[in-house]
This record gives sequence, structure tokens and C-alpha cells, in this order.
Amino acid sequence: MRPISAKILKVIDETPTIKTFRLDTAGWLKGKPGQFVMVWARGVDEVPMALSYEDGITVQRVGEATEAMFRLKEGDTLGIRGPYGNGWELVGDNILIISGGVGSAPLAPLAEKAAAIGVQVTVLAGYRTKEEVHFETRYRKAGKTLISTDDGSYGHKGFVTDLMRDIDLSMYTQIYCCGPEKMMYRVLGILDGHKMADRSQFSLQRHMKCGIGVCGSCCIDPDGLRVCRDGPVFRGDTLISSELGRYARDGSGRRLKLWL
Amino acid sequence: MRLTVEAGGLTLQNPTILAAGILGTTGASLKRVASMGAGAVVTKSIGVEPRYGHPNPSMIKLECGYINAMGLPNPSYREFLQELEVARQAGVPVIASIFGANEAEFREVAEGLPGASAYELNVSCPHAKGYGMQLGTDPALVEAVTRAVKGAVDVPVWVKLTPNVTDITAIGRAAQDGGADAVVAINTVKAMTIDIDSGYPILGNISGGLSGPAIKPIAVKCVYELYEALDIPVIGVGGISNWADAVEFLMAGASAVEIGSAVYDGLEVFASVSMGLSDYLERKNMKLEDLVGLSHRVVKHEAHKC
Repeated sequence: MRPISAKILKVIDETPTIKTFRLDTAGWLKGKPGQFVMVWARGVDEVPMALSYEDGITVQRVGEATEAMFRLKEGDTLGIRGPYGNGWELVGDNILIISGGVGSAPLAPLAEKAAAIGVQVTVLAGYRTKEEVHFETRYRKAGKTLISTDDGSYGHKGFVTDLMRDIDLSMYTQIYCCGPEKMMYRVLGILDGHKMADRSQFSLQRHMKCGIGVCGSCCIDPDGLRVCRDGPVFRGDTLISSELGRYARDGSGRRLKLWL
Repeated sequence: MRLTVEAGGLTLQNPTILAAGILGTTGASLKRVASMGAGAVVTKSIGVEPRYGHPNPSMIKLECGYINAMGLPNPSYREFLQELEVARQAGVPVIASIFGANEAEFREVAEGLPGASAYELNVSCPHAKGYGMQLGTDPALVEAVTRAVKGAVDVPVWVKLTPNVTDITAIGRAAQDGGADAVVAINTVKAMTIDIDSGYPILGNISGGLSGPAIKPIAVKCVYELYEALDIPVIGVGGISNWADAVEFLMAGASAVEIGSAVYDGLEVFASVSMGLSDYLERKNMKLEDLVGLSHRVVKHEAHKC
């Protein structure tokens, strides 16, 4: 599809570095939680963004394209292609959501959708500092919510993975996770330790060019799965022996070691 | 029905090949395509230095096909060597697509990527300044580049041609004169598309190349002409998405076919083309080699009758 011009209906300042754009996509963008759209800031770049609402995206300022988006106002337009990829699969009636930073974007609508159909929702949400906390109200409305900040300025002091220690993971029918790769890798490690990787889903981020499963820029090792088409949501047990947490590729296809 | 075919110096279990630039960034991805039934795979085009390509949007599905201007993103041959090694576990021939600005660069990349089953020279990408088509429209350069790579490797060398020329056979002959083992026709056709809401050209690079169903008749014509003009085999590519398309290309003179954009519909395209071909041959009680260039023989036969 060509990018469809979507008018920005509302810009919400979530935090100093994160904005939500509600878009006039009524009638055509029927994305489900976990799917993404390719967002075209004309004349600059086009980047993948998770749907944080049926008609909205939540954007952290990280580069040229998002800088350009941050300059846009209500009434301006963005080019939108999508929805693309598969979304979260809702499994069981008691789910745990583990959210890190703006990884909340695909998770908040999942929490809301699950709560709306009677699924019990628990959320562990981690942020860097108090001023980066967002979607707290959305999460609290959906279910029990525990918050951590790295610097302790709000909620538990430490990482979101610390919050996993105090709860009985085995009671959850499915665990959903999105956030920085380092955090997702730790969550997957903890779940694997509890032999629960097969009960978890993770949303991955990789360098995307075409977004439709043809160019291969977002393929992950060792199975050549395409994040844009076979993902972005993958089951934890699929990712156990993958490149997750070890390396990613830049726009040239070069492997970049993450931190190990 | 047996689909094994000799094409351009390689033996393929079936005549379907993953085209260059499609899912070829990583070795694992190439392996996956092979496991889905491709008879051979071609890598992303690899050059001397890492390139990040053009800004997005770099590929869009249109009503009639696909338009792209990726801009030859690649991690350089030094970095890609490890991916090639992974791809070689696929169990099918792995063809390295390579590009450069001149003979020396082509040679450096070919020598720097040992272990490929063949090299496909990209002298046809329509949207990377100084590379691809800018060389591929000049017969003297095509011949020189082909000769340089031929002299550097001891496996087959294929040359992928651009349709964006007045006479593709002149370029095909130049490749043949340079010692090419096969020509591959065609690369994408120069194209452009505009966002009518804003007036912005959609591709980050403003213009790019068209692939998919829209270019199939152009590709068939090019293959037909090249088959007539050359002594070396022709590999057909351009808009092939099912077995009937493949039959058409074989009849025009292709010894094998490359499949690119059609992976959008599903990676099973390679297996389904092979199965369809096999059924077709059985139905017609023909062998694969009977199909290659059939249209030329039919036309000559008819002409003789008159």
C-alpha cells in the first residue's frame, strides 16, 4: 500500500521525551495490539511504530525522524502504511504484562483490551525516572500495577525485573514483554529459569526498511525470521537461542554487539 | 518430473532462484529460503565499504507491483563473509551478488568473498549513483568488469542486466565477450511514484525501480531477445510469481528463473513454482529442457511453413 495521509488530531505530551499522536484513521486502520505501522515524516524518513491506540502512536525522540515528528502540530499530517506484522496473542484469563519505558506503546492497548473482556491483568512497568512515567492511568484501570524507576524517584527503586522476584510467576497464563532489548533479555532469562519461556511473548525491534517482509533487513538469527512479517511479536521459547540480547544489525546489515 | 537443471555453470535441483536483494542480508535468511524450496539463492549486493542505503520509504507495494530504492545497503564484503559462510550450509548453490564502481572494486569484492558458488555482477541497479546501471549501460565497461571478475575467480560469473537501455542485446553481448557464463535479465525498471496528498515523491531517494507483475512482459521480451542474440544461457527474472510465469520465461529462453518481490505473497512461492512446473511437464509429457526457448522454435517452424 501507499502511505495514507493521516491528520494529527491530538498531540499529547506524555513525558519530556515521549509524545502520543492521535491520528484521523477512522475507518481504515484496523490494527490490533502489538501490530505496527510505518510512519512517514515526509522528506525525512519512515520508521516503524507500534500502535499505542487503535488510532495512535507513542513516540520517543531518538533520531531524525522522531525529531521531525516532534515538530508536528495538530492538523499536520503523517503518511501511514499498515497495520503490519502480527499482534499479541491473548492466551488465558490471567496475564502479566512487563513494560519497560516506551515499550509500553504496544502493551497498554493489550492491557485495556484484555481487561475489557474480563481477563485479569497485572502490570509491572519500569521507567528511568519519575518524569518518564506514562500510561500509569491506563495500566491501573486495566489491573494491578507495580511501578519501578531506575533512580527510585517513583515506585520501587531499581529495575522492572526486580519486581518479578516478589510475585508468583507460575500463576500467569501468559506473560507479555516489551522494552529495551537488555531488559527483555533479562526477563526472558528469568522466565526461562522458571521454565516459562513457552508461556511468554516479546515484541522485538530491528532495523526495518520495507516493512512488508521482502527486503530482509530485519531478519533475526538463527532462523531468518523477519521481525516485520513473522513478528514483531515472538514467543519466548522461539527467542531463547536467537540473537536477542547478543547483537542486532544496523542499516547496512552489519552485526552490532549489544553488550555481552 | 525431474526438475534438475544445468544453468550458467551450476547444477540446480530445480530452476527457481531467490533474486538478489531479497531477504539476502543474512546467511540465516538465505538458508531459510533454501529450506523453503529455492534451487539456489542470491545474496544482497555486496560492495567494498558498508553502505546504509537511501532513507525510507525504500520499498512500497503499489497496485501493479513494487517500487524500491534501497540504495545497495550492505555491510561490506569483509563483514558479509561470515553471512556467506552461514548461507553455504543451505545445501543449495549460493550466488554472491556483487557491485563496485569499477573493475578494481568488482575484483576486490569477488576475491574478498571466496566460497560463493557463482558471482552475479550487479551492473543494473537503477538508483545508486556511480554504481549499477551507470556501468551497465556502457558495453565497454560491462565487458571490462566481467573480464576482471572472470580473471579473479574460478566459479561461474553471471551478469545481471538492466532493461533501461535501448538495446539490451548489446549489453548482453558485451557480458558474453567478457567471458560471462550467463546473463540474468532483468533488473528493475526505472520508476517513480508520488504522494498526491502532499506532492512528495514517496521514495526517500525520490525515484527507484519497479518490480513485480507490472514488469513481467518487459522481462519476457528481454529474455527472448537475449536468447536469440547470445550463445550463453539466460536466467530470467522480473515479475515471476507462479509456475505459469516460469513456463513463460522458459519458453522465451530462460534456463532458470529468479524470483524476487513475489516472496511478499509467501516464501512457499519457490516450492509452488517447482510443483506447478513439474505437473505441467507431466501433463504435456515434456522435459524441462524441451521448454527452454520453445517459443523461438515455434516461431521458426511457423515461418518455415509460410
